Amino acid sequence: MSARGHAEHAPVGGGLFTPVTFFCVVLMILAAAVLAVRFVHGLGAVTHLSDGYPWGIWVVADVVIGSALACGGFAVAALVYIFNKGEYHPLIRPALLASLLGYTLAGVGVLFDLGRYWNFYHIFLPGYASPNSVMFEVAVCISLYIVVLWIEFSPAVLEKFGLADAKKKLMGMMYLFIGLGMVLPMMHQSSLGSLLIVFGHQIHPLWQTMLLPLIYLMTAVLIGYAIVLFESCVAAAGYRRSIEVHLLNPLAKVMLGVLAAYLVIRFGDLVVRGALGSAFAANLQAFFFWLETLCFAAPFYLLGSEAKRRKPANLFLGGLYLLLGGILLRLNSFLIGYMPGENWSYFPSTGELVVTLGVFALKILAYIVITRRFPVLPREARATAH
Amino acid sequence: MHQELKELAAAWAARPVEERLGMTRREFMTFCATLATTLGLPTGAHAAVEKAMEAKRRPSVIWLHFQECTGCTESMLRAEHPTLEKLILDVISLDYHETLFAAAGHQIEAALKSAMTENKGQYVLVVEGAIPTRDNGIYCKVAGQTAIEMTRKVAADAAAVIAIGSCASWGGMPATDPNPTGAVGVHKIIDKPVVNIPGCPPNPYNFLATVVHFLTFGSLPPVDHLNRPLFAYSRLIHEHCERRAHFDAGRFAMEFGDEGHRKGYCLYKLGCKGPETYANCPTILFGDAGSGTWPVGCGHPCIGCTEEGVGFTKPIHTLARVKNLEPPTTYPGTKEPQGKGFTVGAGAVLAAVAGAAAGAGAMVARNLGKGTDGGASGGEGGKSGPAGN
Repeated sequence: MSARGHAEHAPVGGGLFTPVTFFCVVLMILAAAVLAVRFVHGLGAVTHLSDGYPWGIWVVADVVIGSALACGGFAVAALVYIFNKGEYHPLIRPALLASLLGYTLAGVGVLFDLGRYWNFYHIFLPGYASPNSVMFEVAVCISLYIVVLWIEFSPAVLEKFGLADAKKKLMGMMYLFIGLGMVLPMMHQSSLGSLLIVFGHQIHPLWQTMLLPLIYLMTAVLIGYAIVLFESCVAAAGYRRSIEVHLLNPLAKVMLGVLAAYLVIRFGDLVVRGALGSAFAANLQAFFFWLETLCFAAPFYLLGSEAKRRKPANLFLGGLYLLLGGILLRLNSFLIGYMPGENWSYFPSTGELVVTLGVFALKILAYIVITRRFPVLPREARATAH
Repeated sequence: MHQELKELAAAWAARPVEERLGMTRREFMTFCATLATTLGLPTGAHAAVEKAMEAKRRPSVIWLHFQECTGCTESMLRAEHPTLEKLILDVISLDYHETLFAAAGHQIEAALKSAMTENKGQYVLVVEGAIPTRDNGIYCKVAGQTAIEMTRKVAADAAAVIAIGSCASWGGMPATDPNPTGAVGVHKIIDKPVVNIPGCPPNPYNFLATVVHFLTFGSLPPVDHLNRPLFAYSRLIHEHCERRAHFDAGRFAMEFGDEGHRKGYCLYKLGCKGPETYANCPTILFGDAGSGTWPVGCGHPCIGCTEEGVGFTKPIHTLARVKNLEPPTTYPGTKEPQGKGFTVGAGAVLAAVAGAAAGAGAMVARNLGKGTDGGASGGEGGKSGPAGN
């Protein structure tokens, strides 16, 4: 991180007991109750998973979508460290925090879904590991990245406890972790797409393509930028802070550029494969395809001009639609466009939904607690001096 | 003349068996092993079969035809492993056969008489066709004798009697109601034990295996209560049917040419008699016409031709009585839903989350719209927004 590091961030302060935190805790308790049943009586007692749908909302929402939503750290770091856009530096710590929470809980979320969870560590043992598997790559990459994220975020913790020496030593090696923090998410976010290629014809032609790794990687970057917009706006509204329009406006412009490239590749691929025709069928898959496309297209309308990008509400909604687009792409390709054979059906059970909600509640609660107590968000008011 | 023929035959028989059969040695060994397997003999028994086949002791066979269509003989003639005419002429000494003999009239009657006297008590009698009994059996006569007289006379000195085909086994097609000639099977006419090889026609190898058993062990194979060899008739067709899995899964062809029929579903509902017919058709197939060629394999229900009271008695389209397992009166559908779908509770949770998220999102957007400082009337309420994602 740059030398200006410490001056830029400060704890928000304020009380921790608010209606929002209370509500989050209630959701977490409900989720914990469901999980207790799951770990005692097994997956069948709580979930609607079946032989046809062995992966349900826990994998898709908590892991695939959860980790994509956590791409803010990686996307902003790419901007700051690779494209050398130092002005975005104040955004990096909140983005890193969101990534940290997202990835850590994605890693924990996998445990809920593992039938024989007590064997989870087998994948790391050379004797058990199968290095040719896409799943292995995803698992190892995500695990490593969680460690790297904690190290990347640790300066905030060290600052908080006044460990200046330790922080100085760490900063000397930080470039290593920043590099790893770039490479690892690129590897496993694209591999999440490769997982689907392995599914073959079970994935609807609207989503089954050899370009899935690229599509997943590009949307992960897009979601990363979108989550920064979204988070900054929500944090501003929630903490009654000013919003960093001067940073978010150009960021949104970069985001639109990547989005345009993505849509060209996405539709080019559909046309080349001759799959676009199935988008006009009257079925659930086609409906959700257009919903997804609509969400990806909406930011052009909301953020298309300089004047529109200055409006915080537009920044927020543009980010939100892009997020929804990325979420729908993952939901569509993993569940709605997944066709295990005639007559199989799946809709998440109440228990599954409660656990997923609880996991997101935990993320929000942790975000609130950490930003209120640790130097994460940009320092208020003075920061506008740039 | 007859003497000359016999000398020719003896010279022929002196040659190695595989040469006589027009096979290589290897093919001959394979053939013997196949027959031993068809008979269900233990490992190593093929050696005994070989030995018996190689021996020059060719049993004399007298083959009588009565009320039938000669389909059994035709079926034997078109067998190819090896060609049955070679076997019929080389492994056994076929001394009387009305279809295959070039001779006729008094000549052939003389051959019959000489075979009976020369091989007294040692020849094998094969009967093809039902025997009419009404009006003293006048409805079938050969050389002035009724079928009854002829059968009794030839059987008297026979070492073994084999009834080939459904007609000779119990009357078969000629005995179908109203059975105008009073047709019956051979065992009703004579007192000797008869081995029945029913089928219309029977698989030639079932017959051949029975003959070879006699050749090898000097006795006929064990039989069931209807005198059918157990090696061929101890199992229901249903038990080894290639379409059995469809029966168990409740997938049936409902009419010829429908989707289920084209997909190879079970033919039970088209009247297949496999569930009440004992025969080895699913395992050795029908005739010798190549893989998959037996009635059920070709898409036609079994008519139960090997089963007295079923074949030529029950209409082809009527449901079979399932002997080993009575099916339920209704069947589960072939498209049962699997997995668990939407529940009201889950829908309510999802709707609540979507509503809260939309409300919170709108609130945040409105607050942000008021300017960078924000009216922030929503307070931290906006924080529930991400939960919706």
